[in-house]
Amino acid sequence: MTVEAEAEAAMHADPHHIPADADYLTYERGWKSWLTTVDHKRIGVMYLISILLAFFAGGVFALILRTELLTPGRTIMEADTYNEMFTLHGAIMVFLFIIPSIPAAIGNFVLPIMLGAKDVAFPKLNLASLYIYWVGAIFTLVAITQGHIDTGWTFYTPYSTRADASAIWMTIGVFILGFSSILTGLNFIATVHSMRGPGMHWRRLPLFIWGTYATAVIQVIATPVLAITLALLAMEKIVGVGVFDPALGGDPVLFQHFFWFYSHPAVYIMILPGMAIVNEVIATFSRRKIFGYMFIAMSSVALALLGFLVWGHHMFVSGQSEYATMVFSALTFLVAIPSGVKIFNWLATLYQGSISLESPMLYSLAFIALFTIGGLTGLFLGTLSTDIHLHDTYFVVAHFHYVMVGGTVFGFLSGLHYWWPKITGRLYDERWARVAFALVFIGFNVTFLSQFVLGSRGMPRRYYSYLDQFQPLHMTSSGGAYILGVGFLVMAVMFAKSLKSGEKAGRNPWGSAGYEWQTSPRPHPHNFAEQPVFTRGPYDYHLASERELFTGTDAEWDTQVAKKAEA
Amino acid sequence: MSTDAHGNSKFLQHHYDTPAQQFSAAKLGMWLFLAQELLFFSGLFVAYGVYRSWYPDAWVVGSHLLDYKMGTANTCVLLLSSFTAVMAVRSAQTGNQKATGNFLLATIFLAGCFMVVKYFEYHHKFQVGYLPGQYFAPHGEGLVEIVAAARETGVNGVPFHLRTFFGLYFVMTGIHGLHVLVGMFVMGWMWNRNRKGEFSKRYSTPVEMTALYWHLVDIIWIFLFPLLYLID
Repeated sequence: MTVEAEAEAAMHADPHHIPADADYLTYERGWKSWLTTVDHKRIGVMYLISILLAFFAGGVFALILRTELLTPGRTIMEADTYNEMFTLHGAIMVFLFIIPSIPAAIGNFVLPIMLGAKDVAFPKLNLASLYIYWVGAIFTLVAITQGHIDTGWTFYTPYSTRADASAIWMTIGVFILGFSSILTGLNFIATVHSMRGPGMHWRRLPLFIWGTYATAVIQVIATPVLAITLALLAMEKIVGVGVFDPALGGDPVLFQHFFWFYSHPAVYIMILPGMAIVNEVIATFSRRKIFGYMFIAMSSVALALLGFLVWGHHMFVSGQSEYATMVFSALTFLVAIPSGVKIFNWLATLYQGSISLESPMLYSLAFIALFTIGGLTGLFLGTLSTDIHLHDTYFVVAHFHYVMVGGTVFGFLSGLHYWWPKITGRLYDERWARVAFALVFIGFNVTFLSQFVLGSRGMPRRYYSYLDQFQPLHMTSSGGAYILGVGFLVMAVMFAKSLKSGEKAGRNPWGSAGYEWQTSPRPHPHNFAEQPVFTRGPYDYHLASERELFTGTDAEWDTQVAKKAEA
Repeated sequence: MSTDAHGNSKFLQHHYDTPAQQFSAAKLGMWLFLAQELLFFSGLFVAYGVYRSWYPDAWVVGSHLLDYKMGTANTCVLLLSSFTAVMAVRSAQTGNQKATGNFLLATIFLAGCFMVVKYFEYHHKFQVGYLPGQYFAPHGEGLVEIVAAARETGVNGVPFHLRTFFGLYFVMTGIHGLHVLVGMFVMGWMWNRNRKGEFSKRYSTPVEMTALYWHLVDIIWIFLFPLLYLID
């Protein structure tokens, strides 16, 4: 070929053509290719690594807290340090881990694949959101060095208006993290609306997508309110505008209203994606069409909308009008309806399914149990008379940990185990995964069941010291936390071993009918080498072909077919 | 129009199938962005509503201390700039590259006028001590003006919460001003892309999205102006 002809051919060749057997991890190499990638899968993986680091940091702070609480009075640190530790535990876990965990890490990876799209609607914006996340994380790290942040993750005024400079850094950090969350949500909504592949109509959307879609709506609508609240708080501290500081005529309760107008919907940013994962896992490991598809889908949307109407239940004893508290209490009970719809539909899906208890399923089943406990104890707190007794006690701490950890983290772990073979192309040691599950499940329940008892007996939250009579329960709780820590350690080693020497996974190691399992073992950089056409729903096991549900490798499938043809 | 091997135009990004799909995604994305902008400002409007209902005296006096003539002038300037922004979109859609560039420049110019007027308003407030919150310390002419405004509106004495009014005034107009500056920057970028001939009859999405953003900045001012300047 002449030089001219070669140049001509190069000009006409599709610059985006990628061989069909390429996979997203190895197609490009080097750290530069990662930092400049617009591939949603690679961005998802980078998010995953980032949030796992944040989870590790938050977890270490939690263990430090529980160690301090082994004895009344000083155990290993001073009260000021203790205050700083629980603030950092809360802020890191909420803003750097849970909120981005499922949507930004796992959602980024699987959502476009499930839709049959090549990428999200705005790939560059997607990468930008990751960079913004990193910048926000740096600000929160700087905050640690700038003083003692002891406001709690809620930044209530006047604690925060009187705190030192670390509070400004932390507030700005969370402000920045908020924009990362908004951009992810915006991207997902536009993607679901405009990037669905041929045949992927709204009633065929995998329920994971319905869940992340509802989450995205909250992210876009609620997060800017947190942003303006924190901007006002930062300005309060820098120039003293006097909006929240009572000394200047401001109202601290207004801060609480603003804060919870975001942070209550944010509870649904955290829990909806967990529920979304459970849908996929329950269907796959029961080999059954999900029961009540539209009910589950709409209950996600209903939770997203109801989540905006109940923020006042965090403020029953803050001095807001008693009529408001009654309305907020009544609206809070409504949340039980869509949550119940989900639980019963999952149970109906399990009924007469062919259930197999692999690790993702174990986490999802645990989710159902633990979330039910978390949800039902929420009713105690939503009831005005009982809340006066339970407000600001360990009962509240136990309640939201049952929802956030028993719910979201178990959902996240379920998803991580479930999609691990798709993300890494490797299997993990199922036995060790089950050991880790047992430790995490037992450790979690020991930690937080004892806190329900502590709280109902009057142990206030966030206290450095306590009466001697609470010590046995506190020690039980700390013991549970150590078991939980060991469980996560076992899990980390198990995953590390899988990365290093795990058996290669086939295309569809669980035999799922879900669309994301129809890609090659590690997906093509454009997800599907050829644009798929969807002719069935993601849970239609009765319509899926034998090849689609095949759990081995493609080579094994070919030999099977050849053998059949011979016979 | 240059195309690649698939017969696609060069503006079509690899992950889209058709220009129509790309346009509808961009438009939805932009509207979602505007929705979050609106919610961002909503916090300020709520704070304004709460404190106005609590401290009506401070709000009436504070409003009288603002220069409604300058506010009116700025409102007209912004409305006119929204018109030139629309004309820039129209010119881009009809493929009139020169007119697109000129209308974008006109919009940037009007936005600049807005900021200049804002500068004079702020400058005066700083001089007489109408500073936000804890720095509120009117003196000389500032004090005289407050007494006059209080007499005019039938308020007794200097309301303590004037500082809260000015705190919110500076935060609200300041954040709005920041949005104007961002708009000017983005329109400058669009002007440059237009100069390089990136837009055509078939592709003018970025200009349209920029104009959408500009209309939002305009509409927020339309609410800020009466709420801050025209209370009686």
